[in-house]
Order: sequence, then structure tokens, then C-alpha cells
Amino acid sequence: MEFFTKIPVMERTALRELKKSIDFSFKEFSRAYGDAIETFFDPLLYFLIWLEKLLVNTPWPIVIGVFGLLAWTGSRSIKLVIGTVVCFIIIGYFGMWKNCMATVAIISVATLVCIVVGIPVGIIMSKSARAEKAILPVLDMMQTIPSFVYLIPIIMLLGIGKVPGLLAVCIYALPPIVRLTNLGIREVDKETLEASEAFGATPMQKLKSVQIPLSLPTIFAGVNQTIMMALAMVVIASMIGVKGLGVPILQAISNQYLALGLMNGLAIVALAIIFDRVTQQYGQRIQKHRGQKK
Amino acid sequence: MSKIEINNVYKIFGKNPRSVLPMVKDGATKEDILDQTGHTVGLDNVSLKIEEGETFVCMGLSGSGKSTLIRHLNRLIDPTDGDILIEGTNVMSLNKESLIDFRRHKMSMVFQRFGLFPHKTVIQNVGYGLEMQGISEEERKKTSMEKIEAVGLSGFENQYPNQLSGGMQQRVGLARALATDTDIMLMDEAFSALDPLIRSDMQKQLMDLQAELKKTIVFITHDLDESLRLGDHIGILNAGKLVQVGTPEEIVMNPADDYVEAFVKDVNRAKVIKAKIIMTPMSEANGIEKSNLIKVQEDQFIEEFLPQIVCTNSNCEVVDKQGNVKGYISNKELQTSLQKS
Repeated sequence: MEFFTKIPVMERTALRELKKSIDFSFKEFSRAYGDAIETFFDPLLYFLIWLEKLLVNTPWPIVIGVFGLLAWTGSRSIKLVIGTVVCFIIIGYFGMWKNCMATVAIISVATLVCIVVGIPVGIIMSKSARAEKAILPVLDMMQTIPSFVYLIPIIMLLGIGKVPGLLAVCIYALPPIVRLTNLGIREVDKETLEASEAFGATPMQKLKSVQIPLSLPTIFAGVNQTIMMALAMVVIASMIGVKGLGVPILQAISNQYLALGLMNGLAIVALAIIFDRVTQQYGQRIQKHRGQKK
Repeated sequence: MSKIEINNVYKIFGKNPRSVLPMVKDGATKEDILDQTGHTVGLDNVSLKIEEGETFVCMGLSGSGKSTLIRHLNRLIDPTDGDILIEGTNVMSLNKESLIDFRRHKMSMVFQRFGLFPHKTVIQNVGYGLEMQGISEEERKKTSMEKIEAVGLSGFENQYPNQLSGGMQQRVGLARALATDTDIMLMDEAFSALDPLIRSDMQKQLMDLQAELKKTIVFITHDLDESLRLGDHIGILNAGKLVQVGTPEEIVMNPADDYVEAFVKDVNRAKVIKAKIIMTPMSEANGIEKSNLIKVQEDQFIEEFLPQIVCTNSNCEVVDKQGNVKGYISNKELQTSLQKS
């Protein structure tokens, strides 16, 4: 009877030993390879620091001007440019300029990393059903596992700082771009592909001249999602030493500063809206002639 | 040597096509095989020869395997069994590199839904095959412009496909296929998606181009009128089997089975049958009333001289291009030839 009322449990000491041994072996691993892994990420760290300094040290009118120009290049909408400029001026006016620039820096680097890693992975997935089967569950896990859980090994391995924060952001923000690259390439019209093959395109030529250009709008939707998810990680990244708008929010939580939390929170929202609108408009613009007629 | 030779080609779709092959070879029907094994028979022992410079039309209803067949020629689809010889080369023996080379230089293709690249302009689309051949941009532009002119699209070269009408899009597809100047052109239901007037226009344009270029064309269609109009030879596919191959006249006059007969039943025979087919040769033409003769060319379709005959109630004298008398058609023979069988 007891079997039905009480679920079988592993013996306590054995369970403790199991956990201990996992912890121990990971500690051993991080002791052995931690430094090497840190050195591996050094270039990324320098790049991030450089970008952050650049954004902070450049006179603010120039920075805002560049942002306005980028918004114009992306969207060709004067409304959006005005919105962008006004948002950044307000953010600066309320004393959040430095943090905001730090956040823009980490978001940009994280997005870049995700693009560089995610698009090739997405292409591989689209080419092989087996790769797709293997990678999909990993992506599911990356998106659903609570971020605090993967923060633990990252901190054990790399300590507290910018790089572990960046990694945490990337893990969370990578899946959409991989998924949408895969989807975009798989969705390319079959007859268009046949045409490319029939004229003697090699698989590489087919990829470059047809598949990637035609899936760009979808890939771009992935970039957009990736940016949004990276922004969502700003506060959590701040917990492990990333500077930015997340830091004052953490302060606000522990000290119950409503206004501080609200202001910085809204600044993140403003960033999100600007990034989202600009990249979306850009995505629509490149779609102009790509609409596949049925 | 034929330009294209297809020998005993089988294509079976499914998980393990090879295992089903013996069954198909033993003559099991398509339905039985689907029921028992879950495999679909695409092509069932198809053999045919296509000569240089002719237009071969492959006709059948949807699902008959005609699109599958044409894709075997450039190996967009690999056969389960059988040989495909192009100019004597077995395409099944080509490795990846030579297959790509073969596709670049031997064959071009026109697609039912055009298969244009929506992100490229007309001139870039037309130059795509040349780009694959590795030809310089300058030369590509020059050749592409020539072909764009040839299909009557001058002035549209910098437009994108979705800015053009269906007929114009297919002209781009045609120009793209012409640009690489391959001997063989595959046309997969090339005009089926166009409305009737434009279709007829395009058929005319194709025939004009063909008269000049003398390419070997394999044309797929489900439209009998189209196949009779374009084809030097016609192959009729039913459920993956080639049921009859012949000239348009042969198909109309002597359908091989009920399936073909059902197809040709409503054809306007006067449009298809040439004078030389129904004439009685000189040597056998005794007792024909020669007082009231009308001269017709041996290659004329009945349609072209019918009104004259009917109005004057006379007999025909069939002559060749030099004017030599080849035979006669009596008024009565003409009537019987036009009657539906």
C-alpha cells in the first residue's frame, strides 16, 4: 500500500552525494578551464568596453544625431526619427544617459553575437532534417529554462562581470533568430529553388543568390525578436555585474524607490519601442519586391 | 543517335522505392501498390526517343507523371531505375560537379509558375543562367538585353517580376531559358497558368522562335490543343505509363486506347490533319474525277482548304513544294476523314 501513497525517493545520502559530485566535477572543470574560457571571450569584452566608452564619451548631440540617422536609414520615417531623438533627450534629461548608453552597448553586442552565431546555425538546420531535430530541443530549453539556473554555472565559470552577463543575454536571445532563419529558408518557394538548380547553381550559389535573399525578411523578424529578448534580460544581467539601466532598477527593488524603478523601466520600454519600430520598418522595406506571388 | 533517350525509366515515391520496384516491374497497378506498400508510382517503364531540333510534347492529366518525367532529364529528380541518355551521355553517371556543368550548358528550363527570382530585376533574372556559367557582367547584360528584346520586353528590364503581368513574367522565364543558349529546352506546363489569349500568343511566339533557333524542346502540357499545335511528336502519359507516342496526326487518327481516344474525341480534326495524310497516292488514284480539281499543298491542314472544296464541290490535287503531283483527295474521302470515329 505504501508504494501507492508515497512516491519512491532516492536515499537521502545517495542523493546528497550525487549533487555533491556534480558540483565538485563542475568546480574542477571551471578551475581547469575557467581561465582559458575567459581569455577566449576577451576580444568580446574589449569590444563591449570600447563601444560603451565610445557611446559615453562622444558628445551627446553627436550620439543622438547618429541614432536619428540610423533610425532614418532603417525606417525612412521622419516621425520615427523625431520620436527617437525626443526619447533620448528625455532619457538624458532625467539623468539616465550613462546607463542607457551602457544598455545600448550590451544590447548591440549581444545582438551582433546572436546574428553571427544564430544565422549559420539556422542555415545548418534548414539544410538537414537531422540537425533540425537535434537543435530544436536545445532551443526550446534555452527559451524555457529559468535564467537564474544557467546563471549559476556561468558565474562559477567566469565569475561576475560583463562577459557572463553578455552570455546570459545571448543564451536567452539566440533562439528566435535561429528559428526564423531556419523557417525563412525552408519557406522559400520550391519552384524558385528548382529554377536555380536547373540553371546549374551549386548549393552554395543557391544559398547566396536565392535562399538567403528571399528569406531576409523572415531572418530580419528574427533579429527584431532577438533584440526584444535581449532587452528583456537587461535587469537579470545587471544582477551579475553588467552596467546599465538594470542597475538602478535592482536598487529600486531593494529600497522600494518607485520613481527610480519606473523611470528606468520606461527608459527600457522606450529603447524597445525604438529598436522594434526601426527594425520592423526596415524588414518591411526589404520585403517590397520579395513578396512571393501565388 | 537521338538527342534524348529515355530507357525503361521507373520512378517510385515513398520510403523504400527499391523494395517496391520488382512489384512494379511485375505489372502491379498503381492502385495496388499504393494500397499494399504505401508507395506511389510516378513513372512506370517509360522509354522514348527525342530527336534533335524537334518539339516533343508530353501530355497527360495532372498526376500522370509528366512533370516528374521532365525533371528526370536534368535530374531535379533521380529515377528509381532506368537510363537517361542526353546526346549519348548517361546523366545518371554524372557526379555532382559534372551534373552542375551539364545543367549550366546543356539544358534550360521554363516553369509553370514562372520560377522567377522575385528579388532580382528582369535583366538579372534573364542573366541568371549566364551568371551560373561564370560569364562576366558586361557580357551578361548584352546577351540578356538581346533575349529581352527577342521576347518583346524591351523597356521592362529594370522592373521586378511582381510589377509584371503573368504573360510578361513568363516571357521573362522564356528569355532566361533562351539566354544560356542551350540545345535543349525543358518547358514544364509553361503556358498553363496564362489566360487563353495570352497563351495562344505565347505559343505563336515560341513557334516563331523555334523556327529560327531549332532547339530540342520538351514541352509538358495537359492541353491537347496546345500539344497538337506545338508538337512534332506527342507522347501521352497515363498513370505513369507512356500509352502512345506519335505525330499529332497519328494520335488523332489512330488513338492507341480508350484513354487517348477520350482525349482526342472533341478535337477539330481539320485543324490537325494535313493533306498528305489522307490523300490517295498517285499510283492508286484511279477513277477519280479530275475535271474539277483544286490544287493544295501537301503540308496544308484540311482547315485551310476545306471552305474552297465545300463551296465548289470539287476534288483536290495534292502537290509538294516543287509543284509535283503527289496524290488526290476526293470529296468523299475528305468527308469521312473528318467524321468522328
